[in-house]
Amino acid sequence: MASKTPAYAVAGSEAEVPIGPPAVIAVEDLVHRYDGRTALNGVSFEVGHAELFGLLGPNGSGKTTLFRILSTLMVPVGGRALILGHDAAKEPTDLRRHIGVVFQAQSIDVKLTAAENLWHQGHLYGLHGRVLKTRIQEMLSRVGLADRANEKAETFSGGMQRRLELAKGLLHHPSVLLLDEPTTGLDPGARRDLWQYLRILRDEESVTVIVTTHLMEEAERCDRLAILNEGKLVALGTPADLKHEIGGDVIWLEATRNPRDLADRISARLGVEATVIGDNEQDARVRLEREHGHRFIAELAEAFPGEIQSISVSKPTLEDVFIHRTGHRFWTEGGESATKA
Amino acid sequence: MATQSATLPAQAPISAGVMLPAFTLWWREIVRFYRQRSRVIGVIASPLLFWVVIGSGFGSSFRSGAAAGQQHYLDYFYPGALIMIVLFTSIFTMMSVIEDRKEGFLLSVLVAPVPRSAIVLGKVLGGTTLSAIQGLIFLAFAPLVGVHMTITSFMLIVLTVFLVSFSLTALGFAIAWPMDSNQAFHAIINLFLIPLWLLSGALFPLSGASGWMRMLMQINPLTYGVEALRILLYPDSPADFSLSASMATLVLFTLFMFGLAFVMANRRTTKPAA
Repeated sequence: MASKTPAYAVAGSEAEVPIGPPAVIAVEDLVHRYDGRTALNGVSFEVGHAELFGLLGPNGSGKTTLFRILSTLMVPVGGRALILGHDAAKEPTDLRRHIGVVFQAQSIDVKLTAAENLWHQGHLYGLHGRVLKTRIQEMLSRVGLADRANEKAETFSGGMQRRLELAKGLLHHPSVLLLDEPTTGLDPGARRDLWQYLRILRDEESVTVIVTTHLMEEAERCDRLAILNEGKLVALGTPADLKHEIGGDVIWLEATRNPRDLADRISARLGVEATVIGDNEQDARVRLEREHGHRFIAELAEAFPGEIQSISVSKPTLEDVFIHRTGHRFWTEGGESATKA
Repeated sequence: MATQSATLPAQAPISAGVMLPAFTLWWREIVRFYRQRSRVIGVIASPLLFWVVIGSGFGSSFRSGAAAGQQHYLDYFYPGALIMIVLFTSIFTMMSVIEDRKEGFLLSVLVAPVPRSAIVLGKVLGGTTLSAIQGLIFLAFAPLVGVHMTITSFMLIVLTVFLVSFSLTALGFAIAWPMDSNQAFHAIINLFLIPLWLLSGALFPLSGASGWMRMLMQINPLTYGVEALRILLYPDSPADFSLSASMATLVLFTLFMFGLAFVMANRRTTKPAA
């Protein structure tokens, strides 16, 4: 493991001898405010070497702010973010050498060819001449664009442009790759390819990968996750561990009449904690967590005849983790405050 | 994987320095320009068009009024017209800063280990190259107004055009950097570009202006560009400043503008960058 670490990755931390695998990324009590809005409110976590780490949160949860602070584009108001021991706010240039960044927005120049885009990018990182040329060819064939090298990027499909973005971010052999919502606008096939490639990077080149996403199914593919809500870290762990903390199954009920009343009576009579999720009456549902859910359904149906419109039982998902921790759905409040801001 | 490592060992990215990133940004500016045919046509055609309109309109209107031995107004106007072409091209090339920001391209430059001075230098030299070329195309008409240049005066004219282009492009950069829309950029430009040009001695000489107008013209750095060109093009005509004073002022202005652009680009933000 240690021998795989690129020489420059440990150069900065020679003095201290860390016990156990050192954190590649350390976020310490990060606070950020702008325009009177608190975007991040005391977020702390660490990311280990060659981890595929996800930042999951609804719009307005602060994940993009966090991404911008890590990629040195914004200076936080409080706390600090370290990558390979370099403070993003104080030593941006040292840190920039080690990170590759793939933005949600397009950053390639569509008037340039694929090879020209990479040629330009290489120069920004001090690569030139034959070394750069070899590297460009290597990256283009890696992302499957070798035969389109001399075509302008404006003629590429969305998936091809994204692959070129990825090649651009990886051209200088970064030890940390940051991606902001990398699958936005991609079809399912291209999404699958991208995730497969991220895993290859992690496994074969020991690149530490950070991905922001608002998609549960993408978050599932990460080694570990930080779930953000309204600028706060609400959960941190592997997807399996996070889902495991929910007792057994998740049961959703649609009430025929008043869902709040039904929830209260279920709680009182059956001794489980039933809560109402959803703001308005139409889509308010009663939610409860229970082991052996399929058996409990029968019990419920018998206890409250005629009061239940529909009932469903499922294994916990990451959305259940989110609801469990925040008390509201993934898409409601966060989304609203994002549009207000 | 092993074979790939062998052909290219994982290497620590070395410092890119200033010149390589500046070169590559300059190069991109030129390539982008060249690939947009309408811009190429604009750069070549606008001095031509300008010359035809001015030459035929102004020429016949004012020539008869000029007494024998006196300078024609068209001759007087020539350096000012050259400055105007350079002025507009220089500043408007820096609209690309706003485009780069909107398109997201700028973000990828900002997260690269590149000193901000290299970003300013590359972008500004790109714009300077384009507007200086346009100025020099216009200069090709100089023999038509009866100007005969020596090698020395030609070199000095090229230097003057370069300095004016560079300083104004840097000004355009400094204005464009914090902006997020082309409309806002246009509004600001119109607010003080036109007065900057009108009060540069391009239309009427400093000696003819009075009081506060004269003072405004004296503090307008563009005045010294126009003045330097006029001295170089018409060595015999009366001048308000010496050539060396004008050139020194231009150099200082250029340095100041580059510094301003550098300071703007160096501001680190706590707000969203794009």
